[in-house]
Amino acid sequence: MDKTPSSIPPISGRAWKYGDGVNTDVIFPGKYTYTLREPAEIAAHALEDLDPQFAAQAQPGDIILAGKNWGNGSSREQAVTCLKYKGIAAIVAKSFGRIYFRNGINQGLLLITCAEAVDAAQPGDILTIDTAQSVILLRGHPYPFPPLSPTALSIIAAGGLVQHVRNKLGITRSDVVAVSEGGG
Amino acid sequence: MGYTFAEKALARAAGLPSAVAGQVVDARPDIVLSHDNTAAIAKIFRTIGVERVLIPDRLAIALDHAVPAPTPQHAQNHAEVRKFVREQGIQHFFEVGRGICHQVLSEAAVILPGQLILGADSHTTHYGWMGAFGAGIGRTEVAALWATGELWLRVPESMKITVTGRLGKGVTAKDLCLYIIGRLGADGGLYQSIEFHGEAIENLSLESRMVIPNMMAEFGAKNAYLPPDQAVFDYLAEALRRRVPTPPHTAEGETPRQDVSALALYPDADARYASSHTFAAEDIPPMVSGPHRVDASAPLDHFRGKAVQQAFLGTCTNGRLEDLALAAEVIRGRSVASGVRLIVIPASAWVLKEAMQRGYIQDFIEAGAVIGVPGCGPCMGNHLGILAPGEVCISTANRNFKGRMGQPEAEIYLANPAVVAASAVAGVIMDPQEL
Repeated sequence: MDKTPSSIPPISGRAWKYGDGVNTDVIFPGKYTYTLREPAEIAAHALEDLDPQFAAQAQPGDIILAGKNWGNGSSREQAVTCLKYKGIAAIVAKSFGRIYFRNGINQGLLLITCAEAVDAAQPGDILTIDTAQSVILLRGHPYPFPPLSPTALSIIAAGGLVQHVRNKLGITRSDVVAVSEGGG
Repeated sequence: MGYTFAEKALARAAGLPSAVAGQVVDARPDIVLSHDNTAAIAKIFRTIGVERVLIPDRLAIALDHAVPAPTPQHAQNHAEVRKFVREQGIQHFFEVGRGICHQVLSEAAVILPGQLILGADSHTTHYGWMGAFGAGIGRTEVAALWATGELWLRVPESMKITVTGRLGKGVTAKDLCLYIIGRLGADGGLYQSIEFHGEAIENLSLESRMVIPNMMAEFGAKNAYLPPDQAVFDYLAEALRRRVPTPPHTAEGETPRQDVSALALYPDADARYASSHTFAAEDIPPMVSGPHRVDASAPLDHFRGKAVQQAFLGTCTNGRLEDLALAAEVIRGRSVASGVRLIVIPASAWVLKEAMQRGYIQDFIEAGAVIGVPGCGPCMGNHLGILAPGEVCISTANRNFKGRMGQPEAEIYLANPAVVAASAVAGVIMDPQEL
């Protein structure tokens, strides 16, 4: 195993809530995938075809709650990065599309599977996610969730897959000239 | 204790004697696929701090998603891809117009049965048609693979789907997939390896087999698998002989791999499955999937009569020769309805050439169709057939998500090639047998 620390501090944020089957194309439309490259531009189109208010109103630290199969569809990483660049701290869903789940981990975005918390929460609620204890706190109630795998936790703790690979290859940050789009 | 296909394939790719569902392995793919997204991946790759791709021969790159470049931004993107290909000495590079990545890699036998291909494209499940393990991954994962040659994968649980009997007249592999996804839901196969077995699968043509694992991306699957038989091996052996000409800047004369069946894998009879489902092929009618979910599928009758303004025949799902043949048979001697565009985009240059030789392209043009450049076409809303607000498209593609074809206020219906052709002629969703 690698030596990356696998602890992530607890986070709290305000909830946005969506339903089942939200796919990558409404999270980030395909027509932008080869033309938009700057983080701010990508963030500006987050959830464009799902919730036109979101990009204007979401605040850094907010948390998205979702139903089943959030992020099903395309492999496009911008469906994760548009939310990360928007400052979204975590997504809690009943289940995730499998590539979306990997993309989230690899971008250092916390993805939690916890149907009970999703059902219990209302838009605007404040949630606290404690990955060390594998529990979500909502209005004083604990909602446990299955812990992420050690591999996934170590990637998130490294800040994403790019830094995780650097650690593995023994490349220090000072070796790298520019860290921009897609980086940790 | 027996092993599933997924357990065997990922054990092989990780260099382990065995692996079981749930285990996380460091797998070394035989091929890493990327397409128009290669330039963006190269940018991520450089942020890692590595100059050279570890194993250039394992990369396969196709320009297919927006080809030829529709805008200056796309042209710049393509230029960056070509520069990367030159700098890194990538052999398996397919230029604009060769075709859709999954089709051209199959035609060129770049991947073989039993091997592992990971691609920055969700339909990399496609390669299950030949009994390879194909899975979609993200761009950053591809960059990591270029740098290190390996990636963590969780060995998936497997679902066994057996299809008995034989599909009826006018019923295709596409209908089978829309039926299964409709029955079990778009997340019915989430995180799983979907193994297909049974007489109805064995009797499918190779091109029909390609439809199934491709569509399993819409089932949430990690990969899908059809047991490879002699027909698969014959196709791949011939493909190696016919290989698409390599571009001038690559090395020449790669040694053909003669024994294409050497690595083929089959699940053990006592392999453990998370679930098993059996479907009778005779029960499956022609199906249509309505907006905006692939699992919103129902028998064609349910949607018959819905007015359409565009019909799209193409994509990695249904843009092959037999798809064009089915549609040409419907369209021959008829005309596309007034107020409807029929857009035909062969999945590859080879498909286009064969379709010309067989007269299908002439049939389409005489009926009033538009023929597009081999590639993804309007499937994901880049170009060559974007919809207007309020328009309805019937398509042979694999996705009907809201906004998929560039316009959130449009509707996309999915169907098999004959139904799409019949709908283009009728101007409404139509059963070809009732034209």
